Formats: sequence, C-alpha cells, structure tokens
Amino acid sequence: MTTDIAKNKPAARGLPVAVLLAGLSIGFFVAVALATGEVAQLGGQGIVGLLQRMVALGLVALGQTFVILVGSIDLSVAALISAVAVLASHVMQGDPAMILPAILLCLGLCLAVGLVNGVLVAYGGINPLIATLGTGLIVQGVLAASFGALQGAVAREFQVLAYGGVLGVPYSILLLAVLSLAAAFVLDRTLFGARVYAVGGNPEGARLAGIRTERVTLSAHVVASLFAGASGLYLAARLQSGTPWIGRDGIYDLESIAVTVIGGTILAGGKGGVAGTLAGVLLFASLDAAFNMLGIDAFLKQVLRGAIVVAAVAIHAVRTKGHVA
Amino acid sequence: MSPLPQTSSPLRRPARLAVNAGLVIFLALYAAIAFLQPNYLEPGLFMNFLRRAAPLVILACGQLYVILTGGFDLSMGAVATLAVLAASILINGDPETTWAVIGTLYVMGIAVGLVNGLVVAFLKVPSIIATLGAMLSVNGLALAWSGGAARGDLPDNFRNLGRLVWRGVPLVGTLPLAAVVLAGFVALAWWGLNGTVYGKRALAVGDNPRAAELAGTPVAATRILAFVVSAVSAVTAGILIGGFSGVSVNAGEGLELQAIAACVIGGAQLLGGRGSIWSAVFGALSLFALFTLLNLIGLPQALRDSIQGVILIAAVGASLWRTRRRT
Repeated sequence: MTTDIAKNKPAARGLPVAVLLAGLSIGFFVAVALATGEVAQLGGQGIVGLLQRMVALGLVALGQTFVILVGSIDLSVAALISAVAVLASHVMQGDPAMILPAILLCLGLCLAVGLVNGVLVAYGGINPLIATLGTGLIVQGVLAASFGALQGAVAREFQVLAYGGVLGVPYSILLLAVLSLAAAFVLDRTLFGARVYAVGGNPEGARLAGIRTERVTLSAHVVASLFAGASGLYLAARLQSGTPWIGRDGIYDLESIAVTVIGGTILAGGKGGVAGTLAGVLLFASLDAAFNMLGIDAFLKQVLRGAIVVAAVAIHAVRTKGHVA
Repeated sequence: MSPLPQTSSPLRRPARLAVNAGLVIFLALYAAIAFLQPNYLEPGLFMNFLRRAAPLVILACGQLYVILTGGFDLSMGAVATLAVLAASILINGDPETTWAVIGTLYVMGIAVGLVNGLVVAFLKVPSIIATLGAMLSVNGLALAWSGGAARGDLPDNFRNLGRLVWRGVPLVGTLPLAAVVLAGFVALAWWGLNGTVYGKRALAVGDNPRAAELAGTPVAATRILAFVVSAVSAVTAGILIGGFSGVSVNAGEGLELQAIAACVIGGAQLLGGRGSIWSAVFGALSLFALFTLLNLIGLPQALRDSIQGVILIAAVGASLWRTRRRT
C-alpha cells in the first residue's frame, strides 16, 4: 500500500528529460567548441556568456511554464516584454532616483495584464490562445501608437543588472537562478504548486476536490505576466532603452512555449516543471552559441532552429498514445 | 383554445435560423464603411474590396480545415512568403516559365503541408509546436535562398493573377481576376467540406479523435490532408499577394494569426468540432472590413492591432455567451 503512494510521488517528475536535454546541450556546445578550436569558450568567460544567453528567454519561459501547467497558454508575453522595456526606460529617463518607481510601475502593468488575461481565460471561458493573443495585440498597438511620446533611457545604475556582477557571476544570472529556484520551490513544495498540477491534470477533478480552479488559473496568468515583466526589465537594462519591437523580434511568445514543451511540460497541462524548461532554454542558448562559433549564416540558423524544435519535442512526444491536436 | 401553442413555442425555438456570426459582423462593418464612403456600395469598389481581401479569405479557408480537425497552422505566413520569394527567383524575369513555376510553388507548399501533417500525426508533436518549427524553418529557407532581400521582379503574366481587372463586364462592371480565384477557391473548399465525406470526418476528428478512430475514421489521413489544404491555400494567397504588392521578404508576416483570428470571429471553435466554410469566409471578410474601416477613419496604423485584439476577444466572448444562453 505504501509503495503505491511512493510511486506517485512527484520527485521524479520531469527530471530525466531535463537531465538528458541539459547533457545533450552541454555536450553539443563542448564538441563544437573543441571542433572549431574556440577553447576559450569553455573557460569561465565562455560559460558565463552561455548562461547569459539564457536569461531573457529563461525568465519568460519560467512564467510560461506556470500557465502551461494549468492547461492554459500565454501569447501576450512578447508584447508585454516590449511594453515593460519601453515603460522602464521612459519613466527612468536616466535618473537613478526613478529606478524603484519605474520597476514598481512596470510590475503593476504586468499585474494588470496578467489579471485581464486570467479573468478572460478563467472566468470568461475564452480560449487562452485567443484571449492572450487579443491582449497582446492590444498592448502592442497602444505601445506602437504611443512610442513617439515614450522615448527615454534607463539609468546607468540600472544597467548594472545586465552588466554588473559579484565574484564574476553577473547579477542577471543570479536573478535567473534565484527566480528558478523560487519557481521550482513553489511548484514542488507549496499548496499552490500542488493545485497548479491538479488543475492542469484534471480540472473537473480539481473542482470536485474543492479547489477553486479559476483562482489558480488566474494566479498562473499573473505569475506569467510578472516573469515577462522581469524579462522586459532585464532587456531594458541590457539595451539601455526599450523599443516596441524587442519582444516581437525575439519571438519570445512562441519560443517560450517551445522551450517549455521541449522541456517535457505537456500543453494539455498537469505534467512538467521548471527543470525541463531551464534545460530547454539551455538547449536554445547552446545552439545559438554553437552556431555562432561555426559561423552559420543567420537564415540557415533559423532553419536548423525550427527543425530542432520539432525534433526535440518529437523525441518524447512520439511515445504518446492516442492523438494530439 | 387549446394550450398547445404555449408549450410548442419554447420547443420550436432551438430550430431558429442559424445565421453565421461572421456575416452579421461583416454586414455591420461594411455598413459603417459605406456610411463613411458611400461609393463603397458601387459594385466596382466592392469588387476592389474583394480583390484586396482575397488572400486573407483564402488563407482563412485553409486554416479552417486545420482548425476543424483540432489543430493550428502557424506556418501559413512563412509559406506565403516562400511562394512570393521563390516565384521571383525561379521565374527570373522570364514570363514563359510562369505556369511551370506556379506548379513548382504548389509542389513546395504540398511538401510543407505533408511534413506538418506527418509530424503531427505520427511523431505526435502538438500542431502549435510542429507548425512553429515549420514557420521558423520555411522562413529561414526563403530568406537564405533569396539572400535576405527581395530580388528580381515578377513578370506581368504572374502579377496579373493578383492585379488584373476586367472592365465592361455585365452586371458588375469590373471584375478582378483575384475575385474569380477567390470564388473558385472558396467553392472548392466548400465542396471539400460539404460535397465529400471529408467534412464529416474532419468534424469527427476535431471533436473527439479517439471516438472517430473507433468509428473507423482514418484520423491520421484526415489530419494530414488538412495541413496540405492549408499549405495549398497559403501558396495561393502568396501568389495573389505577389501579384498586387510585388516581391518583399515580409510578404506573409503575421498572416497566420490573422487567418486563425478570422476563423474564430466567424464562429469556428478552436481545438475542433465546430465551424463551417462560411466561418472562415465571413470571418476573414469581417477582419478585412475592419482594417478598411480603421483606414478610412484615419486611425494610426499602430492602433489597428489594438482594435483587432478587442474585436477578437469580443467576438469569441459573444459566441460563448450565445451558446451558453442556448443551453
């Protein structure tokens, strides 16, 4: 009897995929570095550079993991990233005293967008793809229309987030690490995390078990928006000033979904976790770095990227019984 | 005298005429356009409207096939871009080769559709990921092939497909070739869903693939064919776009989401099981009428996205509200 319960423990959840994927990514990166003779890439600097490539996409993907786990999806993150980056640089205008107000304002915006998304999906019953595509379009349109009036640059002190560090480790990597650990802790060790898995795995069952499923879905959307905001703030710090297109150009909406799914979180919800998502992000980062070392042209890079996304998901999806949409 | 009428009237109500939601929205938007610019009521301008809306309507028809079977096709825009760029490179200024090249374009499109379908049906990759991968790859391929910039020009006989307008046609006055292509494509798409067994199969697969399989429906074949139809529609749209806007590297950018939005506005249900070809046609016409209207009002280009977002959410919300009231 006890063994039955032990078998269902969530400890093994998603770990094999994550470990395998991370191992493959690192192996590929090392092999390419050795083959092209860019051994410097394997030193401290190279590794830090590799990890830094993960930050922007990693932050969005952590949030995306929450919404996908509850069986929803968020397409508005790309527009939100742009909005946050533009808003942060406009509010700061290079003035360090405005750093805190700017951050609070940006997170407030994210909170609002996340609430709207969550209400539309959870309480309005609108298909999440359509609801978040809609809110994303709204944000993007308002942003593009008002960008002329929203010029500005972030404070020099704020750029420390992207360029500064402690003991050789950039703050941005620490931020990603801390937020990842926090997300993993919330999902694996708290009641909210358990509810997220319950709602995603079987919404009707969760409801019958007394979980207010709408609230959980709503919260997941808020979490996703806040993570997108963190990513936008990081990009603003790195680029000094935001433009209304950084989110869209980075395809952060679709790529964050792709890495989450590559990491073994299933789109139907209820299965997956932070470790897999981070491994997916690591895969993208090491591919990028390796392609750069190999000097592959930008367009061919895109072709390979597309093929690898499909292949990476196919590896664990192919065993699925039944049909997928 | 008898109490019969009172009991029968609530019973009869569900049989009310099913009016397509997209048609209502389209008529309302077009009325607004005509109010601002009365000459849109003339057949000539209406035909011109149809000509410009043709690519989106065709794309929506193809997307509808995939949506009915429960999936998405995000690769449409990239396939349309590929069609435009490949046409300009392959034709290379020689009008003699136009028809052969158009054949080649369809072969390329069908290949992309087949890959999408096979990946979804047999590798079990969710269609949103499979077609996202195809979108990245096809876009990259098109750009790598053309060197990242629009090259060459399309000959007149190719461009005519998109921009030729016959004048002096009885009844309508002017008749754009693109409108004929549009009507032909919609008729074919309608026939595929209503004139063959395929339509029933697609709805069954989209509604419940497991049940459809147990009932003997060839689920994989139905899925794959839907992606092929979608890719063929993308190539057709690409040819028309190349016809009236010429060669550009972002010819098809964002069209896939517009096509999905169009189907949804017209009342098709995402993840399958409900929708008709009229959802796609009137949804796309509504969306295009909305763009035209916003243009006439003189709203900044950028705000159009926002309005589109609002309409999208409102249309889905309204259809949900209707179905809830009915049940």
